[in-house]
Amino acid sequence: MARAVSTRRTAAFTIAAWIVALIIFFPILYTIITSFKSETEAIQGFSLIPSGTVESYVEVQTQKDYFKPFMNSVILSVGSTLLALLISVPAAWSMAFSPTKKTKDVLMWMLSTKMMPAVAVLVPIYLIFRDFGLLDSRLGLTFMLTMINLPIVIWMLYTYFREIPGEILEAARMDGASLWGEIIYVLTPMAVPGIASTMLLNIILAWNEAFWTIRLTTTNAAPLTAFIASFSSPQGLFWAKLSAASTLAIAPILIMGWFSQKQLVRGLTFGAVK
Amino acid sequence: MATQNTRALARLMVAPSVGLLLIWMIVPLAMTLWFSFQNYNLLNPANVSFAGLFNYQYFYTDPAFFQSIWNTLVIVVGVLLITVIGGIAIALLLDQPMLGQGIVRIMIISPFFVMPPVAALVWKNMIMHPGYGVFADMSRALGLQPIDWFAQYPLFSIIIIVAWQWLPFATLILLTALQSLDGEQKEAAEMDGANFVNRFIYLTLPHLARSITVVILIQTIFLLGVYAEILVTTNGGPGYASTNLPFLIYRTALLGYDVGGASAGGIIAVILANIVAFFLMRAVGKNLDR
Repeated sequence: MARAVSTRRTAAFTIAAWIVALIIFFPILYTIITSFKSETEAIQGFSLIPSGTVESYVEVQTQKDYFKPFMNSVILSVGSTLLALLISVPAAWSMAFSPTKKTKDVLMWMLSTKMMPAVAVLVPIYLIFRDFGLLDSRLGLTFMLTMINLPIVIWMLYTYFREIPGEILEAARMDGASLWGEIIYVLTPMAVPGIASTMLLNIILAWNEAFWTIRLTTTNAAPLTAFIASFSSPQGLFWAKLSAASTLAIAPILIMGWFSQKQLVRGLTFGAVK
Repeated sequence: MATQNTRALARLMVAPSVGLLLIWMIVPLAMTLWFSFQNYNLLNPANVSFAGLFNYQYFYTDPAFFQSIWNTLVIVVGVLLITVIGGIAIALLLDQPMLGQGIVRIMIISPFFVMPPVAALVWKNMIMHPGYGVFADMSRALGLQPIDWFAQYPLFSIIIIVAWQWLPFATLILLTALQSLDGEQKEAAEMDGANFVNRFIYLTLPHLARSITVVILIQTIFLLGVYAEILVTTNGGPGYASTNLPFLIYRTALLGYDVGGASAGGIIAVILANIVAFFLMRAVGKNLDR
């Protein structure tokens, strides 16, 4: 009896959850389906079964040179992430392992820089970029994305590093390890998972950043965000092409995102929820 | 244990981050503040003069200003309502035993990883388009007149799109918090005859309170800056119907070339964000002590 009830409950919850999930996922699913339709098919009314043509994908590349913004997205997101890690690993490291009285204040202050609304500095950043010839340059935008995500990177690394037990360090010291020996042989292996998670989340954030990447680029350095935004004033039939471009733009990050669910919570709540 | 030497080294390791962030924060912000007191138009850059509070007055008397502040708040509150209530409901559902939980989770979390221009364009063209969208197909199937969402309900449409992007975030965080709820406590309440509603009000909700606060504060920070979604759907229109403060500043600066006016708007945006930030910092800071 109890078993029958719980089976029925499980079935009910399963059905409810799948309905909710499919509704939420539907816009993405329908975009993927539409990307395999031809343009005439795409506007012929609702249909979940595409003809399976890949012409839209071919056209997005041949007509719009899709590969260029894609590579820009890769360069910008990976480049800015590596640069941010280079700057913040030592900082997070020293704050986690030799904290001073000021460490907490410094961390809070770093977080506060993230609160600054982007539009508030649009004018000066735009003028600085213009005067230094950084508009529409990958270098300028990489630096921009680095600075935007730096506080999150430091915070995430800090919360990971803080979980490494200090006793291990002491044990290593007793065994006569030097400071560098400590860092290279004891701490680094333990820190790698945290650094990897931070990297993953930061690449996602940089890939999807859609204010500066649109405003500070035109063609040369334009990543996928700017490329897709250029579809907002359509000419002719473009539903299938838009879907193909969108699918290609979100696919890599969607897959990375699925692997980083846990880190996402920690990273975006600055360790406040784990 | 920390010797003079390691302390110096520690400071050296923190210095680059602090230095960069300091420059990054102070220089542009100081420039914005300076520009906000200047008559400075990019079309006439030779003619810069002191403007006093004129830019603030100009911004303040512009009818678009109050509408944009109002729209900003409507977007923030609307999205928060949908995502927090929806997020709690979905998190409760996901916390139950079911088949294929992993796949359900993946589907629900996915919208968060969709870049804003893609999310907005997909909704605009595939879902809400009055001619070819799925909603229009559904209306026609029911014999109704399709709705032109972005012309008739521009702000509401934007709220729907943004809420769709943030619902996974709220759900994921609330689910994480829910799963840390002590199972024994739940069982005890159940044994004592507490029904689902009572358990929810007296046990689950208090447990979630902190996470809900964090969700609200973090989302507010991002929602105050909604931009790409407006740019690719309504472009702020019709009229100023869907223009929020960031969009108004962008329009003043890069379409109107009015550096002074846009900077005054920027300072107003900073003040707004700071009010929220103050509360967020307190919530996060408390956690550091634990």
